[in-house]
Amino acid sequence: MLAYIVRRVLYAIPILIGVNLITFVLFFVVNTPDDMARMHLGAKRVTPEALEKWKQERGYDRDLLWNEKAPGLGKVTDTIFFDKSVKLFAFDFGRAEDRRDIAHEIRTRMGPSLALAIPVFLVGLAVNITFALLMAFFRATYLDFWGVVLCVAMMSISTLFYIIGGQYMVSKILHLVPISGYDGGFEAAKFVILPVLIGVVSGIGSGSRWYRTIFLEEMGRDYVRTARAKGLAESVVLFRHVLKNAMIPILTGAVVVIPLLFMGSLLAESFFGIPGLGSYTIDAIQAQDFAVVRSMVFIGSVLYIIGLLLTDLSYTVVDPRIRLE
Amino acid sequence: MLMLFVAGCGEVWNDPYPRSERGANILYSAFVNRPKHLDPVQSYTVDESLFTRQVYEPPLHYHYLKRPYELIPLTAAEVPKPKEIDGGKFTVYEIRIRPGIRYQPHPAFVERNQALSASEIKKLKTPYDLPLGTRELVAADYVYQIKRLAHPRLHSPIYGLMAEYIVGLPEFADKLKKLNRPGWIDLREHVLAGVEEVDRYTYRVTLKGRYPQFVYWLAMPFFSPIPWEAEKLFHQPGMELKNFTLDWWPVGTGPYMLRENNPNARMVLERNPNYRGMPYPSEGESSDGEAGLLKDAGKTMPFIDRVVFSREKESVPYWNKFLQGYYDSAGISPENFDHAVRVAVDGGAEPSPEMLERGIELSTAVAATVFYFGFNMKDPVVGGNSERARKLRQAISIAVDMEEYLSIFLNGRGIVAHSPVPPGIFGAREGSEAMNPITHVWRDGREQRRALAEAKKLLAEAGYPEGTDAKTGAPLVLYFDTTSRGPGDKARLDWWRKQFEKLSIQLEVRETDWNRFQEKIRKGTQQVYGLGWHADYPDPENFLFLLHGPQARTDGAGSNSSNYASAEFDALFERMKSMPNSPKRQQIIDRMVEIARRDAPWIFGFHPKDYTLRHQWLANVKPNDMAGNTMQYLRVDPQRRAEFRRQWNRPVVWPVLLLLLALAISVVPAVRTYRKRERMAARPAA
Repeated sequence: MLAYIVRRVLYAIPILIGVNLITFVLFFVVNTPDDMARMHLGAKRVTPEALEKWKQERGYDRDLLWNEKAPGLGKVTDTIFFDKSVKLFAFDFGRAEDRRDIAHEIRTRMGPSLALAIPVFLVGLAVNITFALLMAFFRATYLDFWGVVLCVAMMSISTLFYIIGGQYMVSKILHLVPISGYDGGFEAAKFVILPVLIGVVSGIGSGSRWYRTIFLEEMGRDYVRTARAKGLAESVVLFRHVLKNAMIPILTGAVVVIPLLFMGSLLAESFFGIPGLGSYTIDAIQAQDFAVVRSMVFIGSVLYIIGLLLTDLSYTVVDPRIRLE
Repeated sequence: MLMLFVAGCGEVWNDPYPRSERGANILYSAFVNRPKHLDPVQSYTVDESLFTRQVYEPPLHYHYLKRPYELIPLTAAEVPKPKEIDGGKFTVYEIRIRPGIRYQPHPAFVERNQALSASEIKKLKTPYDLPLGTRELVAADYVYQIKRLAHPRLHSPIYGLMAEYIVGLPEFADKLKKLNRPGWIDLREHVLAGVEEVDRYTYRVTLKGRYPQFVYWLAMPFFSPIPWEAEKLFHQPGMELKNFTLDWWPVGTGPYMLRENNPNARMVLERNPNYRGMPYPSEGESSDGEAGLLKDAGKTMPFIDRVVFSREKESVPYWNKFLQGYYDSAGISPENFDHAVRVAVDGGAEPSPEMLERGIELSTAVAATVFYFGFNMKDPVVGGNSERARKLRQAISIAVDMEEYLSIFLNGRGIVAHSPVPPGIFGAREGSEAMNPITHVWRDGREQRRALAEAKKLLAEAGYPEGTDAKTGAPLVLYFDTTSRGPGDKARLDWWRKQFEKLSIQLEVRETDWNRFQEKIRKGTQQVYGLGWHADYPDPENFLFLLHGPQARTDGAGSNSSNYASAEFDALFERMKSMPNSPKRQQIIDRMVEIARRDAPWIFGFHPKDYTLRHQWLANVKPNDMAGNTMQYLRVDPQRRAEFRRQWNRPVVWPVLLLLLALAISVVPAVRTYRKRERMAARPAA
């Protein structure tokens, strides 16, 4: 298994270089270093000298990907791409364009992101699986029918509607929790209750339907018929046998997102004023802060690769037949 | 049951602030965009001045209540008078500051803190964890800051402008550039010819030629004092890694000090215990007494102990928290306008009945801003000084109905501009004298837009009868460059097309992002475009320079985006900019405005109105576009606020209980079905 893990880690390197290159090209197709300098220096009273100085200080005065004038290897290394990318592989994210340390920002903002993302993930998973099992249990009854109708209806509603509707109903009309904001420690609870609730509810439709499909597929298998023939109660069949055997597709969807929980939620964090990494990424995109965008995309890619690796590893835990070689 | 019990006790559940803050003398406000810079050498935006202006004290500031805006001393003993030497070749400003002003408590003033070990720095959560000290403000601190304008590692947006005027500043910048090395550069060791410390409390600035507007710059944070100790402290290795820099932790002598700096969520200003205190003004405009703005006359400011700014990126939660009493004041976003404001037939605005019921009050003021729609004067069709192009521009200026624009898209929040100079700024006229006679006529005691027939006549005289080129027979097609390209902008862009259609001119809208738009303006490839300008200082020069020929955008870094050039206008501008306010200056401005109206390089657009709502417990609010240091004038009544918050935010629990009950009931048939199934001996045949 160790060899497998090492091989996967080595595969990750070209993937990360590729992701980095695509991010770089996409970003600089839209924004030139001049645009970035103007964005950061403001629209008023900016002189060409100030723009040049800004670019020079940040290393944006070089060629983007290929330096024709440099000798030898310098053609590749003396470029913005090389300079900005190599350090990322050592997890040195450098400074944002406003000179704040990116690593410090990530460390500070990870907590609020996780405070929102972990409960949404865990509670959502539990609720979706439970609801899907119930629908599977009552399959072909009015409960199943209306359950599916409800799921389709919930899937069709935009997340933004859940957020604004939830804020309106729970905070504005019922005055139960603050509309937005964040605080550290236990005080965080009153701020994350509503976004967690909304995150869970908005995910029920798609999540439950997906798991219901998995469970129904499992319930048509021979081992379920055998279990029933043995006279086992339906609840035992479902919870002990079907759920266990449905774990592989469940894990495929669930484990891969665990590392990505660190990245936070772009929409919910903005609307609920939670100072997490999702909100950080959105701010950076709006401010054309390439240093932050590049770092967040890189971290996202690394976490996604870790997620895929963990998913593969988790298969060996839930299915003894699987060997990773 | 517990929820019901707590709800019955009158406890508020949706309070976003810590319990310890309840009943405290705190002002609650919000900010939308995180500040980029809090170092006064770089900070230039309104978002940043919300913080910097409460902390830093330049030598001068603006009177809080008087209009037109009046410059008064802040730390200076008096407003400095320019002294011309060498027959006007140089101008000297000698600024004397008041003795006895002390800095806020800060670690920079404790000598031991200037030599911290790496481990000591690593442990710090904020710079205020270190022992704090203070010292007296001296003239050398102002000199130090002016030198920082030329610092090679700082990007002062006004360096270019000041290098034109302050004697020796470009040479000083070159010298620093050569010295540029990592770590702290002690600017005290380097002489700047045009800025000198006369004595402990006096410094002198020498300018090349005349520049009367310089005195306004002395009221901006760029000219605030910076103690060298603060720069030295923050340059210690390890400080920057913790984001401890002067750019994030301001050090000043003002009424407040920044104690919590989390631009992602919350910024907190706390009363500076070393602040000398200033008396609340005892005079203002004639209506200020009636508005209750003089009740605190003579009392020592600041009135509020802390100001808590929370970040609100979205307008929905911001507005709802204001209505719940968790923000003391708020602006009005377009989507909330109808909910918040009732516009009377005469155009006057008052709070809606719902706002009045909550005791919410409304303040409005015309901003020192102009939004204009310009023609590129280098464009072969709309530009140039030919009679043909001039008449075309005049025709379009008449046809574009800005009154309708304001009514449809801004809920009437603005007034039509007739010149670049907004009301309240010297040079702006009132009544019929303010009217642009090219686009309007004075009838029945008010201005009215000229009839479309007049515009069509001008268009025909320009050689485009019915919007067709008389020479070629081709339809006239113009291009409007804009950054408005979201779905919400469609109505606005359709409106623009319709305005041109009135003259049978086809308008092609070229939607573009901000960067490309700026590039077009720089290269002069735009044809018709829209931009705005907010005053740096209340002087007509700060608006009329937008049409000054030598400051054309295509020729350099000027702000004349229309690339307008008129020899007469430019000559008058050169004379006007160096004059003190006087009837003669007014006369020159009148002539300049007349030339600009005739040549019509702009459709003058509008001056927006700022609308601010405030709760009844917040006093002394008067919009002031120039003075940023307004927090110290405000007063809150925390007890009253707490009462209203309780009244408006009682938790409503019964719908939740009802929902839980409904869920519980819905489980019953499911349980029954389950039991029935479990008891079945065999499945019925399909």
